[in-house]
Amino acid sequence: MYRLEGLTKRFGNLTAVAGFDLEVAPGERAAVIGPSGAGKTTLFRLLNLTLRPSGGRIWIGARDATVLHGRALREMRRRIGSVYQQHNLVPRLRVVHNVLAGRLGVWSALRAVASLVRPTDAEIAYRALEQVGIPEKLWARTDDLSGGQQQRVAIARVLVQNPDIILADEPVSSVDPSLANTILRLLLDLAAAGGKTLLVNLHTVDLALAYFPRIIGFREGKVAFDLHPAEVTDDLLAQLYAGEAAASVDDVLPHDRLRALPGACRPLQA
Amino acid sequence: MAEPLAAQGWRERDRALWGWGIAGGAILLTAWSYLATGFSARALLGAEGRGQMAAYVAKLFPPDLSRPVLWDTLVGALETFAISFLGTVLAVGIALPLVFFSSRNLMYSGVLFELERERRPARLARQGGYLAAKAILNILRTVPHIVWALILVFAVGIGPYPGMLALGIHTGGILGRLFGEALEDVDPRPIEALQATGASRFQILLYGIFPQVLPQFVAYTLYRWEVNIREATILGFVGAGGLGQRLHIAISLFLEHKLFTYILAIYCIVTAVDFLSAQLRRRLL
Amino acid sequence: MIASGPSRALAAPSRPDRGLFPYLLGGCLLVTFALSWRAAQVRPLLLFEAEGRHNILKFVLGAFPPALSPDFLQLLVRPLFETIWISVLGTAIAVGIGFPLSFLGTSNIAWSGILHGTDAGAPLRRAVKIVPYAGVRLLLSVLRSIPEFVWAFMFVRAVGLGPVPGILAIGLSYGGMLGKVYSEILEGVNERPIEALQGTGAGRAQIVLYGFLPQVLPQFVSYTLYRWECAIRASAILGFVGAGGLGQQLELGMRMFQFNEVLTVVGILFALVAGVDWLSAALRRRIV
Repeated sequence: MYRLEGLTKRFGNLTAVAGFDLEVAPGERAAVIGPSGAGKTTLFRLLNLTLRPSGGRIWIGARDATVLHGRALREMRRRIGSVYQQHNLVPRLRVVHNVLAGRLGVWSALRAVASLVRPTDAEIAYRALEQVGIPEKLWARTDDLSGGQQQRVAIARVLVQNPDIILADEPVSSVDPSLANTILRLLLDLAAAGGKTLLVNLHTVDLALAYFPRIIGFREGKVAFDLHPAEVTDDLLAQLYAGEAAASVDDVLPHDRLRALPGACRPLQA
Repeated sequence: MAEPLAAQGWRERDRALWGWGIAGGAILLTAWSYLATGFSARALLGAEGRGQMAAYVAKLFPPDLSRPVLWDTLVGALETFAISFLGTVLAVGIALPLVFFSSRNLMYSGVLFELERERRPARLARQGGYLAAKAILNILRTVPHIVWALILVFAVGIGPYPGMLALGIHTGGILGRLFGEALEDVDPRPIEALQATGASRFQILLYGIFPQVLPQFVAYTLYRWEVNIREATILGFVGAGGLGQRLHIAISLFLEHKLFTYILAIYCIVTAVDFLSAQLRRRLL
Repeated sequence: MIASGPSRALAAPSRPDRGLFPYLLGGCLLVTFALSWRAAQVRPLLLFEAEGRHNILKFVLGAFPPALSPDFLQLLVRPLFETIWISVLGTAIAVGIGFPLSFLGTSNIAWSGILHGTDAGAPLRRAVKIVPYAGVRLLLSVLRSIPEFVWAFMFVRAVGLGPVPGILAIGLSYGGMLGKVYSEILEGVNERPIEALQGTGAGRAQIVLYGFLPQVLPQFVSYTLYRWECAIRASAILGFVGAGGLGQQLELGMRMFQFNEVLTVVGILFALVAGVDWLSAALRRRIV
């Protein structure tokens, strides 16, 4: 499904992803583990076509994703479902709209507007929410939900989107540990049922080893090892996490470009 | 990131120092202004000054409450209200499109444009559009509303219509800037997530940005309406209708009792709009 | 797409009812819009008709190039400074009015809240305390509801032309605004230090000094700086009624159809406002 050739990403002087190759077969399930600052989130954002690589190629299926733009790019993005660590839903919208946002890649602009006014596909959203276990929250305001519930809504959105690939960036790091297993199992069932490729960044090594048949260790922007969980020894893990990287690459995100320069004063009420 | 205690202490001290600095600067500035203008509190509040003001106040009482005047006042008040209301509506109509063009992260930079491989002319066109929108908003809000009113009265004649246009144009520039600040503070993370589902830029705007900024847009608009009702009364002074126009006539003809009636009406209508605006804000936000 | 098994017993819950309010509001807005359209005698095409276009063109052609002769610029120096002085003195007076009155007009200082909670002799005492509170609030409301323009020309009539009416106009109307906003800031104060101070047996004045003031001063200063920005703009306009400053030159220019002069004054005004905005924002950042 994925074939990465010499994938590199630099932010100014900082090299987040240092040029490596990787192949992921369709329908595979793999976990990516590594210390913070290793570049796992950057990798995630490269793979879901949010960032453009500084070098190398990303082949998805038979197409070179790095040369896509416009409509073709959106088509490809639609085939990739993303679950972020948190804050990936629009807080002031009702859950139904956040879930149905999974269909935006297919809907016309007019349909998108109409759905905001009166969602005709509420049934579909409801079914998706049933599958993740919170059907009663259909009309709730998204920011009224707990972290774990919001992640379920995010997964419901992926369900509605029905992609070929599911990527998740530390989906359970901000969730109550008791729910982590439930959410991970949801993702795995989802992938298995549809024969989808699943790649998950995980902070907790135990979860990775427990649930995934392929463990990719990522360190300093490169693949450190790529093994079956049984082959992942404590030594390998110690090496991987040795001296958790001081400067976190994942903090240097183009996120900041969406914000204004500091100093924009907000006017006060009179 | 938790600051070390020492750094916090220094920051507090810096803040306090700046506070004293500002206070000192303000006092100096005030003293200079006092001396330069020859403003004499003594003359003002002394016997003669008070006498002058008292005499004027006496001229105002009682307000002229005869039927024709009351009727005229009502018409004037309704005109002023209409000017402020429509002016605010027009302002929103002007501000909304311009603010999207004047938002850098919606025009040519940021996450929404990371992967776009645009040719130079297209990108330059977008940047040009961005600069043009920013320039227009700047002009709209810097030219005082009175000057706009004068220009428009000059163009279409006197009456409430040019007043409403002037208010709309000027407030449009102001709202454009306020809306723009709200847009820049949008949380980019849901935007990124929406983009990853394959949504188009317009859909991202609709689902991701609009819901985040709408409450602030409404708040700013309602707040501006409160300011506009006051400004609408002033615009009439230069011929743009409403109570302001009647005010001007009353002053020119030294009809102080009528003047007082108009002032009372202004007070009522301003208080009414303030109240409405506060109520709407409470209900909608 | 979604695993469609046998039809479920539970249907999707329906959208919660938001009641009549949105429709009521929408209706009101439409009616207000229509009535306002009549009242304001809106004729949208008037702007684009021959005469309107002609006049606008006359204005635009007359405005360029702006009048930049040294004689004219010389004329603008004193009004420029006058505008600054008016705004400063006006704001100073506004603070002088608003600051003391705001304390009297804050409910949790004047008659309710912890400061008065344990006061025995309830209803009559309370009624007595509310009177000055209500009075102050009414006064502030009157001061700020009458546009400074109106104050300005009343003062012009009362004390004559020049910067003084402008200063007083801004002082009074902004005093009303500052008073109200200061009150709102005071009402949002964190109560716990107040309680603690009260527990030590401190008197009301001391509590205000040590408990309220330190918390609110930065916000007071910040808002006052913001008000000064507005004062500069207002001072510039007040000249229209003869209250000094750049506004007078503006009015003259428009009256004499010297549009190029108008453009210059607007340009200077722009620079002044931009400068004050920048200064105010920079200072506010330092103390927040």
